Amino acid sequence: MSVDISTKPVIRVQNVNLRYGDTLALDALDVEIPAHCMAGLIGPDGVGKSSLMSLLTGARVMQQGQIEVLGGDIADPAHRRVVCPRIAYMPQGLGRNLYHTLSVFENIDFFGQLFGHEQIERHQRIDELLESTGLAPFRDRPAGKLSGGMKQKLGLCCALIHDPDFLVLDEPTTGVDPLSRAQFWELISRLRTQHVNMSVLVSTAYMDEAERFDWLAAMDAGKILATGTAAELRTRTDTDSLEAAFIRLLPAEKRRGYREIIIPPRDIRDDQEIAIEAHDLTMRFGDFVAVDRVNLHISRGEIFGFLGSNGCGKSTTMKMLTGLLPPSEGEAWLFGQVIDAGNLATRKRVGYMSQAFSLYSELTVRQNLELHAKLFHLPDADIPARVTEMAERFLLEAVMDSFPDALPLGMRQRLSLAVAVIHQPDLLILDEPTSGVDPIARDMFWELIIGLARRDQVTIFISTHFMNEAERCDRISLMHAGKILASDTPAALIERSGHSTLEAAFISYLKQASGISDKPVKMPVPSTTQAQATVAPEETHAVMTLNTRFSLLRLFSYTLREALELRRDPIRGSIALFGTVLLMFIMGYGISMDVENLRFAVLDRDQTTLSRNYILDLSGSRYFIEQPPITDYGELDQRMRSGELSLALEIPPNFARDLARGDNVRIGAWIDGAMPTRAENILGYVQAMHQNWLLEQARHHATDHLPAGLMTIETRFRYNPDVKSLPAIVPAVIPMLLMLILAMLSALSVVREKELGSILNLYVTPVTRLEFLLGKQLPYIALGMINFFLLCILAVFVFGVPHKGDFLLLTVAALLYVTAATGLGLLVSAFTRSQIAAIFATSLATIIPSSRFSGMIDPVSSLEGGARLVGEIFPATYFLTISRGTFSKALGFAELGSLLLPLALAIPVITSLAVILLKKQER
Amino acid sequence: MLTLLNAFHLGIKELRSLGRDKLMLFLILFAFTGQVYLTATGLPESLHKAPVAIIDEDRSPLSLRIIDAFYPPHFLPPLIIEQYAADPGMDTGLYTFVLDIPPDFQRDVLAGRRPAIQLNVDATRMSQAFIGSGYIQNIVTGEVTAFSQRYRMLPAWPAELEIRARFNPNLSSVWFGSVMEVINSITMLSIILTGAALIREREHGTIEHLLVMPLTPFEIMLAKVWSMGLVVAIVATASLVFVVQDLLNVPIEGSIGLFVMGMTLHLFATTSMGIFLGMVARSMPQMGLLMIIILLPLQMLSGGMTPRESMPEAVQYLMLAAPTTHFVSLAQAILYRGADFGIVWPEFLALLAIGSIFFTLALARFRRTISSMA
Repeated sequence: MSVDISTKPVIRVQNVNLRYGDTLALDALDVEIPAHCMAGLIGPDGVGKSSLMSLLTGARVMQQGQIEVLGGDIADPAHRRVVCPRIAYMPQGLGRNLYHTLSVFENIDFFGQLFGHEQIERHQRIDELLESTGLAPFRDRPAGKLSGGMKQKLGLCCALIHDPDFLVLDEPTTGVDPLSRAQFWELISRLRTQHVNMSVLVSTAYMDEAERFDWLAAMDAGKILATGTAAELRTRTDTDSLEAAFIRLLPAEKRRGYREIIIPPRDIRDDQEIAIEAHDLTMRFGDFVAVDRVNLHISRGEIFGFLGSNGCGKSTTMKMLTGLLPPSEGEAWLFGQVIDAGNLATRKRVGYMSQAFSLYSELTVRQNLELHAKLFHLPDADIPARVTEMAERFLLEAVMDSFPDALPLGMRQRLSLAVAVIHQPDLLILDEPTSGVDPIARDMFWELIIGLARRDQVTIFISTHFMNEAERCDRISLMHAGKILASDTPAALIERSGHSTLEAAFISYLKQASGISDKPVKMPVPSTTQAQATVAPEETHAVMTLNTRFSLLRLFSYTLREALELRRDPIRGSIALFGTVLLMFIMGYGISMDVENLRFAVLDRDQTTLSRNYILDLSGSRYFIEQPPITDYGELDQRMRSGELSLALEIPPNFARDLARGDNVRIGAWIDGAMPTRAENILGYVQAMHQNWLLEQARHHATDHLPAGLMTIETRFRYNPDVKSLPAIVPAVIPMLLMLILAMLSALSVVREKELGSILNLYVTPVTRLEFLLGKQLPYIALGMINFFLLCILAVFVFGVPHKGDFLLLTVAALLYVTAATGLGLLVSAFTRSQIAAIFATSLATIIPSSRFSGMIDPVSSLEGGARLVGEIFPATYFLTISRGTFSKALGFAELGSLLLPLALAIPVITSLAVILLKKQER
Repeated sequence: MLTLLNAFHLGIKELRSLGRDKLMLFLILFAFTGQVYLTATGLPESLHKAPVAIIDEDRSPLSLRIIDAFYPPHFLPPLIIEQYAADPGMDTGLYTFVLDIPPDFQRDVLAGRRPAIQLNVDATRMSQAFIGSGYIQNIVTGEVTAFSQRYRMLPAWPAELEIRARFNPNLSSVWFGSVMEVINSITMLSIILTGAALIREREHGTIEHLLVMPLTPFEIMLAKVWSMGLVVAIVATASLVFVVQDLLNVPIEGSIGLFVMGMTLHLFATTSMGIFLGMVARSMPQMGLLMIIILLPLQMLSGGMTPRESMPEAVQYLMLAAPTTHFVSLAQAILYRGADFGIVWPEFLALLAIGSIFFTLALARFRRTISSMA
């Protein structure tokens, strides 16, 4: 299709700036992207491609400048609401916005619901999409178990479900094997023949892919270098490939140091030491065979390439070779030594660089290098020199004090390599080190690798998706579904397959192995899309705007998804349910307010029948347990300090004699005040017993009739006549347990999406913040209610605490309370970014307030200051009063109904705070 | 030696990474300052501002005298109510105590007819019910006796009980509450810092990277234990000195140095426990739940909230396996009773044993768990 620049551009970017802290990601950027064609953004990583894409899909907040998308300002929330359903955005990273425990079908269905499709239409479209992408056989497989290529296809399905006018794909084929890549592009081009009006914007690191696009924009350092068709760019720069053209377009200082890669031939000696040897290496995870009898034989100084689709077992094989994973079967040797996780000496000879570039993002480049040098025990004196050498060799001098996160991917990758070789290993295991890195950086990287292999005789074991990289290896293995398909030099493999390129050779091997015929999958003609294509866009979207404010369907789609995820993680659900049951057991039995079994001892300086009689009253009661007597003050002090005695009594000498004479006698009582509650109780007991004893004695010795007292006090312990702890504690534990568990669950459910990236779906789909939060809250409310009933059953039937009042009232209150508790979790999630902080913040916000400030032990009216304030506004306070009221006091709506009001009020307050604090765009 | 060096370098890394998380730093600070202050000053003395209502059916000088005898801080000024208001008031928890002075009470007392006063106690409020009813009996008896003595001689009691509360003469709950809160924060923070941080490293794949280096799981765990333990130890000691001692004016009887030593052992136990939990949980939500389930009994049944000796025996024995039990006990002994090492050594030993067990268990699981995640 030719590009008709005269039509209105789909995107018009004017003078856009974007900063992350001190880093300028986009620098006064101006560009117009033509509509109805396949436009490409090319350029190294970290030049602002992804930033630009997130701005123009409305996922990120605009800082400066203006972007017009589909005829309106994207900074305007009203316009965003209108165009949002017309844009589809697939972010960078394999399946980053997908839900890994959900099946293929459930994922697409979720997105369909978000865009408000009715069920019949939705299911029809899903079937069509699955059919056309070839995912139909995997309809019920969880997304997390798909290979990289399939994940990207699924991502595409999710993006296409709502029939967008503008499709934004951020590096969709990075990290995907050649076969899947070819299928992916075939799919896109077929789609475009059906939706002629669709505009597509793709960013890519593969120049051969970019060659096929209708229009290209080359980017560098937050600016556009050039725009035009691939042919135009080539002619303008007078080069014959796009890759060369791009390099030519770069400013002179960036091109410096770049040169064609030349691989010096390897001098092969007969006495080559064997670096890696593997026999029938097999790895099983349950039923799944990840690696199936792999044999390897790699000699020293060889560059050995490992090719295969994602999830084919490359990484697993590498992990077995590093000793990270013990193989299920088979054996492997490194330098003649059997691999053993405990052998630190072999590990020192190996350098490993994983897909994730496992650098410590919180350490600077220098600190990262130093840490690894120290961990590999380089002599302290050599470390500075070695770090400088690495910085020079890997061109890191300029960024030594920056943090890895702030560096472009290419530089981070060089740092990772520097870290992996700082201890001069003999073997380097590199797991997809160049994924997502731009051509210049990749070539620079390869130059370093070749230098290491040829100059330093380092054996390189590398996995990659790039065919031009594979061709640079001395030998390569093609891997698929855990098996090695072929293994030889690149030239020999090409020759054997009868194709002209390695890519074609690889694809044919893959097709052969997976039994795919060369026939393209039939693309059914979707009736709905046809129909929609003919309708003027404005009309369709006018219908959609009707429910942009609030839609139950979108809300429920989040509910359904959250519930599904909860069901797929039965451990989480059961910890939530049985954890509370367990806690109730422990708390119900453990928390006891009856102070009993207090240890006391006596310093009896009198040793008469009377003094012993005095003690008898104490030792006979259930509250006290007598310990061996005390002999002197020193011992008294010692035994009280150790906490052995809670009470010490001193009976003075001549106690009996003085008492008989009517002289004043003073009995000393020392109480351990370290724990005030206990001390107060002891005080009460001792005083009461003393009075009793005196009365007894007086009566006993009195000659005439003595009144037993002036009056009596009849104490009635109401609601709990036996004054047992259980009936008082159990109803009070229910609110606390519900609060803790539910707030934690709901807080993590949101923060988890933030940390793992799927929060993006909130940013770029029409779902509103309220729908998002309420939708996620509902399943936890349901879980909370189940939990509540379980706790009640436990209380009544296991603990034997009868429920005397109106159970309906308690249930209504529980519903309100559970809603408030989950809402509180959502509120915490609104201002935390990491899950750790969320756990900590939720614990702080719930444990103390619900156990101390809500009247479980001390009534709220007795609290002071801030604690009182927290107690007054904390929902647990009100639910606790209701719970105690219905359980112990036989009350109902008439007496306690008014307490429902504060509970009900808490919900809108908490929810609206959470909605306000939650951001609909990334900052 | 190399092991210690490795652990040292890794630990520095842990400290740097915590230093970059500003929200965490803020929360840590809050837990040891704001939260301690709030809890210590907010929680009442054992009997504090207990709400009392009195039904005065006598309206005599004696009944007025009894009413006047209730005043803060132990009781709120009593509300004079009618009979019909008593039940609803108790039902909704307005009053913990309702004292009913019957008609002709004064006349009957003076006539020696031993009238009965009725005291209704809301027994669901366990903390106030017991102590409060004792107080009320004493107050009422005292007032009635003093009142009657103006009219006739009563036999004097020859023996007196002289009660002295040791270690905390006023039985102030600020003393107790503040230190217990510091202890709770120590436990919570050390478990989160090691356990949740381990899950994060697992989820981000950096732990795997460590395992391919010439490092043993022992070193990796040791690094976490010392670095996170150090952070908590420093913040907790500062909190004890500046917040508890200076701001809240709680006198500390014993040696803070000895307490810090005990805390170090406690941190060894809790950080090891955190790592162990980080091994058991498979994801952060599971970790969050597990933590609540472990932390709650650790805090509530350690003897820091209710006395240990009153718990059922089974619970008492079970809680011997919890580090908090021993830590609370040694903290009370050292800080309040001024106990020396000769007294608290069994607790030190217990903490060391518990820590070693969890550390060993976690170590045994370490490599297996990490590789099954991969």
